[in-house]
Amino acid sequence: MEQLKTIGRELAMGSQGGFYQSKEFLDLVKSIGEARSKAEEDRIVLGEIETLKRRVSEPDIPKRKMKEYILRLVYVEMLGHDASFGYIHAVKMTHDDSLLVKRTGYLAVTLFLNEDHDLIILIVNTIQKDLKSDNYLVVCAALNAVCKLINEETIPAVLPQVVDLLAHPKEAVRKKAIMALHRFYQKSPSSVSHLVSNFRKRLCDNDPGVMGATLCPLFELVSTDVNSYKDLVISFVSILKQVAERRLPKAYDYHQMPAPFIQIKLLKILALLGSGDKQASENMYTVVGDIFRKCDSSSNIGNAVLYECICCVSSIYPNPKLLESAADAISRFLKSDSHNLKYMGIDALGRLIKISPEIAEQHQLAVIDCLEDPDDTLKRKTFELLYKMTKSTNVEVIVDRMIDYMISINDNHYKTEIASRCVELAEQFAPSNQWFILIMNKVFEHAGDLVNIKVAHNLMRLIAEGFGEDDDSADSQLRSSAVDSYLHILGEPKIPSVFLQLICWVLGEYGTADGKYSASYITGKLSDVAEAYSNDETVKAYAVTALMKIYAFEIAAGRKVDMLPECQSLMEQFLASHSTDLQQRAYELQAVIGLDAHAVESIMPSDASCEDIEVDKALSFLNGYIQDSIEKGAQPYIPESERSGMLNISNFRNQDHHGASSHGLKFEAYELPKQTVQSRIPPATLASTEFVPVPEPMSVRESYPTTIVPSASSDAESTELKLRLDGVQKKWGRQTHSPATSTSSSTSKKTVNGIKQVDGSNTSNSSTWETYDSRKHVEINSEKQKLAASLFGGSSKTEKKPATGHKISKPSSHMVEKSHVRKSSMEIASEKKALVHQPPDLLDFGEPTVQSSDPPSVDPFKELEGLLEPTTQLGSTAAAATNSPDIMGLFTETPGGTHNKDDSDILSSLSKQPVTNMVGGATSTQVAQSSKGPNRKDSLEKDSLVRQMGVTPSSPNPNLFKDLLG
Amino acid sequence: MIKAVMVMNTQGKTRLAKFYEYLPVEKQQELIRGIFAVLCSRAENVSNFIDAESIFGPDSRLVYKHFATLYFVFVFDSSENELAVLDLIQVFVETLDKCFQNVCELDIVFNYSKVHTILDEMIFGGQVVETSSSEIMKAVEEISKSFLYPFLLCLSKKTC
Repeated sequence: MEQLKTIGRELAMGSQGGFYQSKEFLDLVKSIGEARSKAEEDRIVLGEIETLKRRVSEPDIPKRKMKEYILRLVYVEMLGHDASFGYIHAVKMTHDDSLLVKRTGYLAVTLFLNEDHDLIILIVNTIQKDLKSDNYLVVCAALNAVCKLINEETIPAVLPQVVDLLAHPKEAVRKKAIMALHRFYQKSPSSVSHLVSNFRKRLCDNDPGVMGATLCPLFELVSTDVNSYKDLVISFVSILKQVAERRLPKAYDYHQMPAPFIQIKLLKILALLGSGDKQASENMYTVVGDIFRKCDSSSNIGNAVLYECICCVSSIYPNPKLLESAADAISRFLKSDSHNLKYMGIDALGRLIKISPEIAEQHQLAVIDCLEDPDDTLKRKTFELLYKMTKSTNVEVIVDRMIDYMISINDNHYKTEIASRCVELAEQFAPSNQWFILIMNKVFEHAGDLVNIKVAHNLMRLIAEGFGEDDDSADSQLRSSAVDSYLHILGEPKIPSVFLQLICWVLGEYGTADGKYSASYITGKLSDVAEAYSNDETVKAYAVTALMKIYAFEIAAGRKVDMLPECQSLMEQFLASHSTDLQQRAYELQAVIGLDAHAVESIMPSDASCEDIEVDKALSFLNGYIQDSIEKGAQPYIPESERSGMLNISNFRNQDHHGASSHGLKFEAYELPKQTVQSRIPPATLASTEFVPVPEPMSVRESYPTTIVPSASSDAESTELKLRLDGVQKKWGRQTHSPATSTSSSTSKKTVNGIKQVDGSNTSNSSTWETYDSRKHVEINSEKQKLAASLFGGSSKTEKKPATGHKISKPSSHMVEKSHVRKSSMEIASEKKALVHQPPDLLDFGEPTVQSSDPPSVDPFKELEGLLEPTTQLGSTAAAATNSPDIMGLFTETPGGTHNKDDSDILSSLSKQPVTNMVGGATSTQVAQSSKGPNRKDSLEKDSLVRQMGVTPSSPNPNLFKDLLG
Repeated sequence: MIKAVMVMNTQGKTRLAKFYEYLPVEKQQELIRGIFAVLCSRAENVSNFIDAESIFGPDSRLVYKHFATLYFVFVFDSSENELAVLDLIQVFVETLDKCFQNVCELDIVFNYSKVHTILDEMIFGGQVVETSSSEIMKAVEEISKSFLYPFLLCLSKKTC
């Protein structure tokens, strides 16, 4: 009777379909639900874990109970606690005969285990058996586990069964078998490559569910290899047609739409197949057009299909009619109140403007609305759109907006992204160098530590190389304005490290170049920096090197150097620094100051960071020395490849590498150690070419060149030194002027008034101006419209502000680089005439003072004008050029180090060959080198050797400096 | 591909979490917390989409829907369409509703394994396999029936 009761209760709960759980579980859930704090919850769960641990290890637990325990374990793990003690029990449950228990077991293992877990091996057998079961529900459960738990190695164990199941009478099984096969394909394409044709076959399955499921793997296959599936275009089109014509069973209708999810998948596949293929696309036009017409745009899912149509249309070979429908759909999206639809609209707009850029103009106000929407997601999407439609005419407005937004958010991930976009746009479209530097300053100031260090190097390079090809005065203006702005910025608290490095470098190179600031002023600032950021070694190193440059320039110019007291104390501090790098720099500074003008000029020529340095990688200058040594009985150097792997870390490493790649055990016995061939000219000479990884990323990059030859005039150095731009697109200065820009400009191309503007896009005429003026009052004149105008209509539809003058010059692609030179004449022109250009529909923006929204476009030029005079005299100072200043900069990151005694001996013998060894040791530079070059080189070589030997640099080595100071 | 499905309540308690790519438990918890932090900071009447790249890595989008006390969250990559996933959530919830008659938060907690079964019928190995809620119901009912069958057998034996 008692038993009957239980069964009766089970039966009653059976309405829940056997998913019933016990009162204990309900209590657990309840108490967790009532927990007031995370701590309380944790306590409850830990208690539960204890109970479960005890219970599951009891002998002879009824299956029913066990099932319940396992589910409780799953629940516990979902809450973030470790339930690994129960995994084995879950695995055991999968062996059970009862479907209910088995399913629970499978559910638990799929949630608990990953494909590489040790326990998987215990399940594979069960899965194999279950895949052959007569009960299709068992097969389904097993297939589910297959998807999650089978890895590359175990695929062959179940593959035959899964393939057999593709022809199973039950559609649910076929469907899942296809997905399992797809999963195999994702995990290891090679293991199922011979079975790919099965997906094509299943596309013709009678059951729409199976067909729909097949679209998932096909989508993936098509996206990896379009060309092999072109033949399916017709099939896909006809399926889509049938779906759209409601030929599928009613069950697939969703909100009155016929099988919308299948339609979406098909449209996605068609978009891939039709991309850039006119013939394939032509097959699709009719059906896509039909869907556009039939779509119910009042339901969410209808819009989803519409959106997919737009994506398809923008991807396939363009068709004017379809583009028109797409544009209509987009405008409906954008006008909708739903944020979701606006979001999709913005996204779709971003796709479509690639094909028909003019469409953006109709929607400018909607876009501006989205930009100002409180919804962050929408805002970001809009920024993405703006990023896509940036051109030289609207870059200032867009980048300003981006920076404002960047400053306002806290999300570091997105901040980084938007900062790098700003940098990219600024590099690509910057109207002027001053603007570029201004933008960069802002980016560094607010996201300094998030941007890639390369960006900073890029900027240094820009400042060093200048922009104008033949225009030195423009370059020096640029530099002085950079120096001005940096001196200003230094007044602010908390500047990011990368930015400080940049500032120090620029101040060192160009701080005193224009004569506006005295050396003592700049050095004062630099030592302030070094003091204020005393826990940032890199910054300090940059500062010291900058100080050295300044002093060197002073000495070279024949002026007497008086070190400020704060500099002196700083130097004293650095001379005793724990960082060997800082110490070395300080000693070098001391050494340089002691030299005469001639020598200093040779080692530290001003503005020489861009000079090329030639590097003799073969170190041929050492030949004589080697010859000597060999004659004296030294062992000749044996190349690393011929050496038998003694004492050489990198050799070991190579072996390791080899071992790893060949994967197996090594069966041959290890060779007996051969006699060590220790060469007298040791790996140190090699160091430069096989420099081992060093902790800080910068040091790898930068110390590489320095190790080679720290001579004052080798060339390749500066290419390295040039801030390592490889990999970074060199967009700067190209000023691409996309033809798209002039969609509007073409309408207003008639030139009047004898303004001979080179470019049509900005030429304006009085008649346009008048229309503009007369319509002035028609429309509401809101900020938004101004913004819209500047974003979409090209910025020059404005008038007589100095800004306009500057703008005029900007978009003209042929005057690119020379905008500065032409500037003055431009300004005159602009003052005489207001320039207006815009398509008629954009004329309705009330006020002519559109440009108020972007002040930065004005500032740089004012600045530029102001700087014109002082900088002209720069030419004289900017003398011969070498790289040494940068070499110093490069030391920054090289962590100093001790070295083994024996090595230092070898090296010190090396260092006795000073001047003659140096490559570009032109006679004039020899003096300098003898005092400086070899020592530095030496120490670096030692350093690299030390690293090569795997010794961690520890305390500063006095020998190093004995050498240095002679 | 769908990367994860989560159901959590407005207090941030997880009610269901299923990740289609394996992640260690701690990582799962971290992601769930991250998502919840974003969700509860969002105002009403904003879009249902969130850029999830900062939480889930590149190429991930997140769509959520708020029903009564629960957030339903789907995370997926660019091969899905946001609006469609929004409707997928709708299908999921409709199916739950059919299953439990007026589904509420407690149903989901107490019938934890059944909810998993429903989800497994919809999404298989990260791909959407079934989008018709009646088809899903049919499959789930069949599974339930098969559980029930042994009891009926047993019961009939006893009573006879």
